[in-house]
Amino acid sequence: MKKLVTNWNNYPVVEADEITFEYGGELTYKLNGHPTIAHGNGRCYGDASLSESVISTLRFNKILSFDLNEGVVICQSGVLLSELLQIIVPHGWFLPVTPGTKFITIGGAVASDIHGKNHHVDGSFSRHMQWMNVLTGTGQTLTASRHENEDLFWATCGGMGLTGVILEVCFQLKKINTSYIRQKQIKAENLDEVMVLFAEHSDYTYSVAWIDCLKSGDQFGRSILMLGEHATAEELGTKKEKLSPKEKAILSVPFHFPSFVLNELSVKAFNAMYYAKNYRKIMDSIVHYDGFFYPLDSIMNWNRIYGRKGFVQYQFVLPLKESKEGLKNIIKRISKMGMGSFLAVLKLFGEQDDLISFPMEGYTLALDFPMRPGLAEFLDDLDEVVADYGGRIYLSKDARMKKEVFWDTYANAPQFKEILKKYDPDNRFVSELSKRLKLKD
Amino acid sequence: MSKNALILGATSDMALAIARKFGTQGYTLTLAARNLEKLQVIKADIEIRQRAKVEIARFDAMEIANHQEFYNQLPVKPDIVFCVFGFLGDQTKAQYDWKMCEEILVSNYVGAVSILNIIANDMEARKQGTIVGISSVAGERGRQSNYIYGSAKAGFTAYLSGLRNRLCKSGVHVLTVKPGFVKTRMLDGMKTPGPLTAQPQEVAEDIYNAVANKKNTIYTRGVWRLVMYTIKSIPEPIFKKMKL
Repeated sequence: MKKLVTNWNNYPVVEADEITFEYGGELTYKLNGHPTIAHGNGRCYGDASLSESVISTLRFNKILSFDLNEGVVICQSGVLLSELLQIIVPHGWFLPVTPGTKFITIGGAVASDIHGKNHHVDGSFSRHMQWMNVLTGTGQTLTASRHENEDLFWATCGGMGLTGVILEVCFQLKKINTSYIRQKQIKAENLDEVMVLFAEHSDYTYSVAWIDCLKSGDQFGRSILMLGEHATAEELGTKKEKLSPKEKAILSVPFHFPSFVLNELSVKAFNAMYYAKNYRKIMDSIVHYDGFFYPLDSIMNWNRIYGRKGFVQYQFVLPLKESKEGLKNIIKRISKMGMGSFLAVLKLFGEQDDLISFPMEGYTLALDFPMRPGLAEFLDDLDEVVADYGGRIYLSKDARMKKEVFWDTYANAPQFKEILKKYDPDNRFVSELSKRLKLKD
Repeated sequence: MSKNALILGATSDMALAIARKFGTQGYTLTLAARNLEKLQVIKADIEIRQRAKVEIARFDAMEIANHQEFYNQLPVKPDIVFCVFGFLGDQTKAQYDWKMCEEILVSNYVGAVSILNIIANDMEARKQGTIVGISSVAGERGRQSNYIYGSAKAGFTAYLSGLRNRLCKSGVHVLTVKPGFVKTRMLDGMKTPGPLTAQPQEVAEDIYNAVANKKNTIYTRGVWRLVMYTIKSIPEPIFKKMKL
């Protein structure tokens, strides 16, 4: 049965057959030779998990093992981070790496090789993985790790599902004493200041900044830097339950907003309000991890504020030495176009040099753009600028990059393609992304 | 000592929801189904999420000759049993293909009678226990689109009602559960009206409450009682001409 499948930004939308499965063996006989791609909880912002046929992993969602002492989990790829948190937090464990939403699957975490606010300290998700099983295009289910089928391991971490279907994943959790975060928020007047602050506070486990891309002049790039450490039991005091995985009551955006609601004025007002909320230069507080890591998860369907036409999220990274000049150049262009973004998030990555993963040492900026005329051309121009600085675009948030840009900016692309050919010689795993970027032929 | 729950047909979505609910409430679970490999995975998951103790056993509703031995070999006899297995099948195919028809009849009715006879006798002798049978609203009135499945469920509903009549004298509680649409694999690919469609977790909640309150028959969602009352009250001369 055909159904409409899309991801979090409602763009693009494809009509696809959906295959579901609960056991790995079941999947082997359900794959009927049509080109297909695994699809998790649909929280990425692109076309990596879209194809004429998709394999939903959401029913492949059992937790197979959880070592309470060592903090090692083995689970099937359809398990959501939100489900894991419910189970691991009460035992004093936390996700080693988490993105800004907990509603993604473990399979998605691997396929995107997700990064979080602790990238500069803990790297991306793959660093904490021990092994995984992958149903490859040859029909074999293979175990992949740093010691076994290494090429498959590295091509699957950040490989956007193109090696096959990620089945079981084994990874190491992070020890915590409480489910709270000791948070420090620092206001930065402009881009120069926030970059200095990032460097000064690089010993914090978690750091990220909200940046206002619409301000010009002295306040160009004004930001709020958010730093965090897992709170200790002493810091928490006796007021709160030490290890609670609470999930707050949820607000919901009930319908798709008409697209005129979001304009330059409303975005400016939002940013001004957000900036004014932090009335002191430095604010210290103890906050629950849920509010610290997942502020938007408490507003169900927040993507609907962008209307039915959807939006594009644009995330790039620039090498460290080019970051300052590059960010200035790019933010100026965005500001000038008035192509406002509700949310712009700035983060300093640590070192990483894997086969196909997105992060590299330097600054990454993520923005939302509501769909509107002229946006496509504007982003194509931005791509050129990013590429000229030696940066690249995050595939999990991409549905539009031209293939030339990808091949120019991902240095290991040829090697990646070779490995895909080895494990999927007949091109059984094909997505809109792999077609667009010519990763399979 | 914690109470022991035996779940027959334990790999279905509804059974899993029941197992999680009763596991959370402190029951020790024995999960029984055809496929041990699937049961292993479910056992691990429930032990981690619900922190419940789980045993597994192979059971096939269709293999009637083995039912007595299956029950004899259980190390602990259940305080509560859930008869969850069932098979929707393909109505059109079943009209022409006896194998399909027989599978529907045996897995929804004959197999259930066979295993519950054995368990009922044991519970009657022990003068305690609860039997929960998952029947269906489809058993309330035969419709052309699924009357073979429906007739098997009708038989099962009548069986449970008779069993209740017999066992209430021995202090054994028999609960008949009549689910309407439930969002499980059984309904994969079918579009069902939202207000009439329950999540498996809702059904499990309803069953838990009904067990606690010693109910005889429940509909889940509750609105199905009204829906079925309406459907049953249509006069046969009209009903037979309807497309249902």
